[in-house]
Amino acid sequence: MSTSPENPDRAILAWAKDRYPIAKFAEWAEHKTVPVGPNAFWYYFGGITLFLFLIQVGTGIMLMFYYKGSADTAFASVRFISAKVPFGWLIRSVHAWSANLMIFFAFIHMFSVFFMRAYRKPRELTWLSGIVMLALLLGFGFSGYLLPWNELAFFATKVGTDIIGVIPLIGEPLMYVLRGGEEVTGSTLPRFFALHVALFPALLTIFIVAHLFFIQLQGIHEPDEWQEQPEKRKTMPFFPHFFMRELLLWLVVLNILAVLAVFFPAELGVEADPFSPAPAGIKPEWYFLATFEFLKYMPAHVGPIEGEQFGLLLISIGFVAWCLVPWIDRGRNRTVTTIVMAAGVTILVFLSIMTYLGHSV
Amino acid sequence: MLDRRRILNWLLGGSAFAWAGSVLHPVIRFLMPPPEQEAAVSAVKATTLTEMTPNSGKIFKFGRKPALIVRRSDGTFTAFMAKCTHLDCIVQYREDKERIWCACHDGFYDLNGTNVSGPPPRPLDALEVHMQGDDVYVTRKS
Repeated sequence: MSTSPENPDRAILAWAKDRYPIAKFAEWAEHKTVPVGPNAFWYYFGGITLFLFLIQVGTGIMLMFYYKGSADTAFASVRFISAKVPFGWLIRSVHAWSANLMIFFAFIHMFSVFFMRAYRKPRELTWLSGIVMLALLLGFGFSGYLLPWNELAFFATKVGTDIIGVIPLIGEPLMYVLRGGEEVTGSTLPRFFALHVALFPALLTIFIVAHLFFIQLQGIHEPDEWQEQPEKRKTMPFFPHFFMRELLLWLVVLNILAVLAVFFPAELGVEADPFSPAPAGIKPEWYFLATFEFLKYMPAHVGPIEGEQFGLLLISIGFVAWCLVPWIDRGRNRTVTTIVMAAGVTILVFLSIMTYLGHSV
Repeated sequence: MLDRRRILNWLLGGSAFAWAGSVLHPVIRFLMPPPEQEAAVSAVKATTLTEMTPNSGKIFKFGRKPALIVRRSDGTFTAFMAKCTHLDCIVQYREDKERIWCACHDGFYDLNGTNVSGPPPRPLDALEVHMQGDDVYVTRKS
């Protein structure tokens, strides 16, 4: 290949080929395919979630240039970002909206994987790593919510950390570590900040790499009926067909994000005051509403244990079962599959109703 | 019977375990903040007779924690720690219902601090009220 200076593109390629196994990579990329069919639409949502995470990293770093993470300065610095910094309101709003959309698309991705039964052998670890990532995204949301140090976030954090404290044995020390003391105070803020900008991004990056690595190793899950009727099998090349479609969707999502951020900018509210009563109508972010609403319906006591503890116990059992779905439904028994799918629909309906009730009441 | 290899494995495993412990211990201890010295609060002046009209409530600082003093309709005072026993929110006095209310989950307490409706599982922690001339002092329950 020419390395003449008139042809700089080729020169760079030749330089790289000389040092790295580019040809092998190109061959791998050429053979990578994605199933085509009525369910193909759902394959894009993991990528969209990843795109929104990249936006979060970008806007998050930008916000850190101005944000001051201490109880005395946090609220003022966020107000400064929103009011004084050129386009500060936009960057902050994009960060807030992108966080919400990211969690929304992660949920869509998870349920689509569930209903396509793509969690089955050999993809158990892909499923589990996905659940860990969803938990991390919720952690991002919870820790980020407090950072502007406003009244709503302050009380939502009090309630949220108190719920953690209800967990038997580890709950109390965990709550103490998270709060940086017995109560949510100025000591809590730097801890949440450290989790939000250092620990969670590091962990999430590791899990994203693992998740994608599993998918590269095993390929995208193909519909079950293709195994019985191989003549129905239809795929498209990942490069460029799927890749370009995914990029186009990213562009669409970016536009939706821009519209939301411009027309519904993130609000700031009132600065937190640890010595004022909780305002009426405090609510967590929408993705915690179902839990919040569910716990609200718990009576003060269920038998010997407190209602909250009982509610958390039920949620934990559900969560563990959700993690174990690949081992519960191995695709060997039709009845088990039907029950698991019905449970999935029930959970989806239950979460939707609880979220709606939590939002409207 | 214990052979040499097994003893060595135990020793190695034990040392590895001890080593991991000696690394983790300071890390975990570092993350647990040292307990702050609770300011020895004996009595706090919460309000004055003139400041609070009957059927009203006020949040005041009791040491480092919020507390609530309520002046009942009959003019007498009662005080509690303002932390809701449900999930830690700060309660407030509702004049329209003459009850103590937690806005977070719509929990109500009566003026004895007893949980009467909503999710709170226990009564509020009560404080003692002492009058000294025009001043209203609050102390821990003796």
